[in-house]
Amino acid sequence: MNALDLAGLDVFYRETQVTYGIDLAIAEGESFALVGESGSGKSTVLKAIAGLAPQWRGRIAVLGQERSHGIDRGFARRCQMVFQDPYGSLHPRKTVDATLSEPLAIHRIGDADRRVTQMLDAVGLDPRFRFRFPHQLSGGQRQRVAIARALMLEPKILLLDEPTSALDVSVQAEILNLLKRLRREQGLTYLLVTHNLPVVSFLCDRLAVMRGGRILEVADAGRLRAGTLEHSYSRDLLATSGSHALAPALETSLDAD
Amino acid sequence: MAALLEVENLRVTFPTPRGPVDVVRGISFSLGRERLGIVGESGSGKSMTGRSILKLVRPPGRVTADRLQFGTTDLLRVTERQMRTIRGARISMVMQDPKFSLNPVMTIGAQIAEALRTHQKLPRRTLRERVLAMLESVRISEPERVAALYPHEVSGGMGQRVMIAMMLIPEPEILIADEPTSALDVSVQAQVLDIIDDLVSRKGMGLILISHDLNLVAEYCDRILVMHGGQVVESCAARDLAKASHPYTRGLLAAMPRIDETREMLPVLDRGAWGQA
Amino acid sequence: MAFSRDWLLEDSPGSRLQARLGRLYRVLLALGRNPLAVIGAAIVLALILAALAAPLLATHSPTAQNLSARLTPPGGAYWMGTDELGRDIYSRVIYGAQITLAIVLLVAVIAAPVGLIVGAVAGYFGGWIDRILMGITDIFLSMPKLILALAFVAALGPGIENAIIAIAIATWPGYARIARAETLTFRNSEFIAAVELQGASPFRVIALHILPLCTSSMIIRVTLDMAGIILTAAGLGFIGLGAQPPLPEWGAMISRGRAFILDQWWVATMPGFAIIAVSLGFCFLGDGLRDVLDPKHGEKG
Repeated sequence: MNALDLAGLDVFYRETQVTYGIDLAIAEGESFALVGESGSGKSTVLKAIAGLAPQWRGRIAVLGQERSHGIDRGFARRCQMVFQDPYGSLHPRKTVDATLSEPLAIHRIGDADRRVTQMLDAVGLDPRFRFRFPHQLSGGQRQRVAIARALMLEPKILLLDEPTSALDVSVQAEILNLLKRLRREQGLTYLLVTHNLPVVSFLCDRLAVMRGGRILEVADAGRLRAGTLEHSYSRDLLATSGSHALAPALETSLDAD
Repeated sequence: MAALLEVENLRVTFPTPRGPVDVVRGISFSLGRERLGIVGESGSGKSMTGRSILKLVRPPGRVTADRLQFGTTDLLRVTERQMRTIRGARISMVMQDPKFSLNPVMTIGAQIAEALRTHQKLPRRTLRERVLAMLESVRISEPERVAALYPHEVSGGMGQRVMIAMMLIPEPEILIADEPTSALDVSVQAQVLDIIDDLVSRKGMGLILISHDLNLVAEYCDRILVMHGGQVVESCAARDLAKASHPYTRGLLAAMPRIDETREMLPVLDRGAWGQA
Repeated sequence: MAFSRDWLLEDSPGSRLQARLGRLYRVLLALGRNPLAVIGAAIVLALILAALAAPLLATHSPTAQNLSARLTPPGGAYWMGTDELGRDIYSRVIYGAQITLAIVLLVAVIAAPVGLIVGAVAGYFGGWIDRILMGITDIFLSMPKLILALAFVAALGPGIENAIIAIAIATWPGYARIARAETLTFRNSEFIAAVELQGASPFRVIALHILPLCTSSMIIRVTLDMAGIILTAAGLGFIGLGAQPPLPEWGAMISRGRAFILDQWWVATMPGFAIIAVSLGFCFLGDGLRDVLDPKHGEKG
């Protein structure tokens, strides 16, 4: 059974069609990336899976179960989402504790105190942040809270919408490490949306390149690392990534350390 | 090479409920007819540095320096009125998001003309010619059509090019670009930076490129200053960035994932290591 | 240690209560830095004090008539003079504070929650729910408040209870509009999407997530509105449709003093000063609250 199955997914926003015939199969435990520029439709696919973009046709199956078009309580315990903007994804008037206890209260899961403290520990947040408000936290800390919140219901699948794009480089490294560790420890499946190819190399097993609402290429991350993507647009994306420009110089100097 | 700008011991202080905080702590540098990159993470003071050169730091923030010399003009001593003749005409600034810097109720052509008219009195026809010529130099292929559009009718990349046109049309000596491409797509970023690069070298201007993106700065600048906690921790030639010596810079370089990434975990900066608040 | 200043300003609170009280304390501190807000708060407190301690503060009974002392100028035994029936104006003003406070509080308590809920529901659901609710709101909004209140009081009959209901009916639509506008600003934000994704029902989202965000602007608007409510009540009283005699309602007092305004100015002007002072007090306080609670000012860390 696959973690996620998408077949012929056409998503619409008002009258406009945003994605065209998306087909994807993501295995359990896999880390998969959707890459593309803005307007490619990658975030829309994520929203449709989450139930936040209800106008679609085609097929979306999560852990073997087809899903409805809108929000679904049962679905909430199988699949959760981490949003891009750490400043916008936390309720400004709720403490960290309140934000993390909310999903438990909605699904009437007891033992909230223990679960919250455990989760803070799992995402590397000191307990003294527990009763702070979002504006008293840094961007990296807010993102940790967002990740903790997504994991409170113990979903098997995490949808991640550009989780580190709004963060500084040093903070991004910490969050990426955290995501990698959590996946390993909890056997999670990731569907990650990003325009940042090096993040894909670090965190993912496979990727799909999207443009104009269509998937152009699906490849192993290994091909990304080796720079051997097939589609010409994929190669263009690679070329404009830029970070490889520094890499060769960096190798030699690090060796010389 | 005569320095266009000389900065010595620049300090920017803001009062907070807990006492005054130095956002920029006594940095010094000079700028010639070259491309200088100032790199840092959020809170490093890089944007404040750019703003203090243009005296755009409003009270309650305070800017002090031993020297802030722009050619023959001592920026520490000029009045606000004199500063207004310098801003835009001799030192210009391009900021991050054209959505917020362009006037939404004026056409593009009108705004660029305004930028020129503020500093030079020119007959209308000459103005129009200069505006169209400028739009062409930022590689906008249909200048007449675009000049009649409003900012919300063009894409982000084109909006940013319009911004550049507006800021460069008075032919300033220095351009300060503060995260000029952060709000743009990767493919458009390269185009916009190429344009800035081209115009700057053609007119022999000085460029200060402020960014959080090390790669970008390494590619488009001659010299780099790395800022952290309000101080300059590293100053080197762009091509020598990979040989950077300061632990913060090396940490930053190592913490970035690479296309050919094979590490299991990314090395993380030890933030307490160099006396940062 | 508990409830001390350090405890309240603690950066890392140890409990929800501490976090909430800490926020409240910071708001009060910020408010205290604004001199006008402090003046406003003082006036409002004086109003409350006058209302609560009226029997202690008044020098005479507000309804006792003393025809031999009618229309006495201020001074001596009668601090603000007497009216045409020999009643002490100062005592009537003090007791009138009870009526004013009652009107203002009751109107706020009735109108604000109704407006808040209508606005939040309309903003959250959008679509035809929004259109129907806002249509109703617009019908009420299209009529001037005083006329509307007049119409209801005329229909219900004069008297202070009906005046309160009438003013409340005239006031809730404004709050609904504000609540709706607030709701729309964050309706599509990610933190609302996140809690919807967790399976929260619309009721829960509105009650626990949207309403708390509307409260700041509501508090500000209600406080600023209080001046208007007082004036509307005074207006009704002036026409004789509000509080009925012998209740010492300030507007009614001004009305009665009209006849003597040239020679015995104090009969109308004293309650007039009271209205002005209290209205200004609420305005200053509301302004100060807006400076402090407006997210663009205080809250950003």
